[in-house]
Amino acid sequence: MSSHRKVPPTWDKVGKHAIFPEAKHDEIARFNFLANLNMHLSSNVMPGIKETYEQDALPAFKAEHGREPESRHEVREMMKNAPYYQWWSALRRSTMEMRQQAGRSLVLRQIDRLNAVAAEYNEGADSLKLNPQATIPDYVSVVDTHCMPGSYHTSVVEDDVSAGANYDSGLFVTTVGQLGSMTDGGGRAISDWLQAEHPDFTPKRILDIGCTIGHNIVPIAQAFPDAEVIAVDVSAPVLRYGHARAKALGVNNITFMQVNAEDLSQFADGSFDLITTSMFLHELSAQSMPKILSEISRLQAPGGLSMHLEQPQYAGRPVFEQFVRDWDTWHNNEPFWGTMHDVDLVAMIDGTGLPASLQFNTAVTAKVDESIFPKTETGNKSEDFGRAAAWNVFGAWKPKASEQESVA
Amino acid sequence: MSTDYINDAGRKAKGERPYFLADQQTEQLLNITMALAQELAVTRERMDTIERLLESGNGVTREAIENYKPDPVAAEQRQLWHQAFIARILRIIQQNREDITERANGQDSMDAVVVKVST
Repeated sequence: MSSHRKVPPTWDKVGKHAIFPEAKHDEIARFNFLANLNMHLSSNVMPGIKETYEQDALPAFKAEHGREPESRHEVREMMKNAPYYQWWSALRRSTMEMRQQAGRSLVLRQIDRLNAVAAEYNEGADSLKLNPQATIPDYVSVVDTHCMPGSYHTSVVEDDVSAGANYDSGLFVTTVGQLGSMTDGGGRAISDWLQAEHPDFTPKRILDIGCTIGHNIVPIAQAFPDAEVIAVDVSAPVLRYGHARAKALGVNNITFMQVNAEDLSQFADGSFDLITTSMFLHELSAQSMPKILSEISRLQAPGGLSMHLEQPQYAGRPVFEQFVRDWDTWHNNEPFWGTMHDVDLVAMIDGTGLPASLQFNTAVTAKVDESIFPKTETGNKSEDFGRAAAWNVFGAWKPKASEQESVA
Repeated sequence: MSTDYINDAGRKAKGERPYFLADQQTEQLLNITMALAQELAVTRERMDTIERLLESGNGVTREAIENYKPDPVAAEQRQLWHQAFIARILRIIQQNREDITERANGQDSMDAVVVKVST
């Protein structure tokens, strides 16, 4: 027995750059409280949900129906009146709303300064291409994504970056530092995987779709400094912030563009060697997801790679685990989350002209950032389903021109 | 366009807000209570900063408080304080969890216990 407890990194360890909001003492303390509360809910409270399921709800269900529940929807019906689950859900939602208020109060009080700093990087830059005529798709505006008031796309004032600054400041709190000091664990996982598994692959043109503040494309752009990188999103506030952020970090090979990826006709067939998305597909809709995957297939160069980073698919997982993973669909403004995690990805990508024989699927994890976590703490495997820094990566290689006939 | 940074910070996210507890107003009260807990934790962390500045003997000014960065030992102590504080605030949830397992392991109701020890 040991009295040692793991503690999350204090928020002052978060990676900063010129466009990062400046935090006062009490704002940091608020984030510290919230990170510890998130950790408490996932480590101490959440495991009890499975206990009340197995010890109370499941025996009652079996007594009534003479069988086990067959779907996560049945489990959700069983659990919605379970008091312990109600408490955890109420506390989790409350914690997320407090995190939003904490981040927004930090950012909005300095909105003029942040927008002025962003403007210094953005004005006249060829590497930021906004489109004032762009419309926000219905599936983006129907609810504010994961409970961010105004989501990624709302400008509070003209030329606003506050949505990006709020997102950047709070990811460290929500993920308790697991994505690293720059909250770029997803992008680093992709670049590390490429380096380890495909060391000879050196893409010259890279496209990242749904980039938001560019936190995941920056490490990929850094891994391929000679590549021309294009990062697209529909939301101007995060593109303004992401562009300034990349510049502030000294990353100059990314062009940020406001484009709806359902129509990327401005780019020629086969014009990208690497196409990535990170925690993006679940923000789409049943109509738009296959359209975007088709555009990706069209844009992929012969010999090129498309890859997507997401939480694992539901298929084959116990219905209770599916139910827990599905919480965000119903309670965190992620309406496509559950449907996307049910999709037969192999079939859907096959439908874009990239058959199963060209596809791959693997699990990756974020490397622990030793600048914020001492080495001895890297053994922490407790998982908060839906947020853990462990992902499913899938995609497809397009055959080189010389190989294409044999595939066809 | 302009913004009121205090009011706008607390804006609602678009979309139906789910409630989980049996009574919506009870859950609203939970949210108020947790916000108060957060602000108490903030005050406690500020007091800790003032105490550490006093100990260092270099003077306590508002500027010194704003610029204070805990060293690794202080950071761990402060985070542990948050953990202990949260564990105290949410004690009843911890005990609710323990109670579920205790009942599953066959713990009798108090009525049954009273009868058992009285006969």
